[in-house]
Amino acid sequence: MIELYILLTIMIIGAIIAIEVKDLLSSVVAVGAVGLVLSIVFLILKAPDVAITQLVVEILCLIILIQATLKKDLPFSTSGRWFFNTVITVSFMALLLIVAVKCFNDLPAFGYPIMRVAGEYLKEGLTATGATNIVSAVILDYRAYDTLGEATILFTAVIGVLAIVRRVGRKPKGKNIKDEDSF
Amino acid sequence: MSKEHDKGMSVIVKTITRLTVGLIMLYGIYILSHGHVSPGGGFAGGVIIALSFVHLMLAYGKEAALKKFPKSATSFFESTGAIMFLSIALLGFTGGYFFLNFISKGEPFKLFSAGIIPLCNIAISLKVGAGLFAIFIALVLLRFESENKE
Repeated sequence: MIELYILLTIMIIGAIIAIEVKDLLSSVVAVGAVGLVLSIVFLILKAPDVAITQLVVEILCLIILIQATLKKDLPFSTSGRWFFNTVITVSFMALLLIVAVKCFNDLPAFGYPIMRVAGEYLKEGLTATGATNIVSAVILDYRAYDTLGEATILFTAVIGVLAIVRRVGRKPKGKNIKDEDSF
Repeated sequence: MSKEHDKGMSVIVKTITRLTVGLIMLYGIYILSHGHVSPGGGFAGGVIIALSFVHLMLAYGKEAALKKFPKSATSFFESTGAIMFLSIALLGFTGGYFFLNFISKGEPFKLFSAGIIPLCNIAISLKVGAGLFAIFIALVLLRFESENKE
């Protein structure tokens, strides 16, 4: 439980840094760190599928945000620090390799599932929820929070589309429009 | 030619639509109400029900479809679906926690089983169907400034 609080503290600090820092690229990097820690939190809370989704979405958002901020301002000052930069890059790659080798040793054999949570759903889904359609049992019982989030996203999307497309939002100032032919 | 044939597509399309639109809507209701027993569910059922109204609007023109399902009804049904889903989740607090399956599970493979899951399916289908149809109406009624002047 203590590691959860440490990770939450890191997330809050990262979010504050992302708001307060002046440089846009550093802000985006801080947001990415918050998302990475959030996926580790999901992993600790025993939701590995949500953790994977969070990681993928986070990487995608980070790429889009970096692409958006790259043209604005980029204070590159790599000259004069090439030795420092090379040492840091090589040491990070070595660290990554060591961790990857350790991780791949723990993987189950080919053909066996990594996530055991799916097997539990299949075995206990009927007795725990009473629904014979296992998809319904997962999306409306085991992962109902996800469905609530999806419903919220859909609601926001519909409101956004209507706010952009309807006539009232697009009319010029001081001009009345008849209500019958608009949303 | 009576007056109702003025707008929309040809007589053939209108006749076929009149025969099939009820079946499409019935199929959507079946998919949604049996979501916990067989493949399907709230999302698919809601989309099929919305598509039956889209079908009506394509064949008969927007006036006939909007008479059946007015603009104000879409926002009403969408909000009702959202509030219904959230209140089902909140009612779980009567037994302990959020999204608790507080109704009895019943017998498997029966229509009335699985507790709150069919109710959640109905709420989601209201939300999805009304939201989709609202976006479709908004796009149908969309007019740009240049088109108005003509």
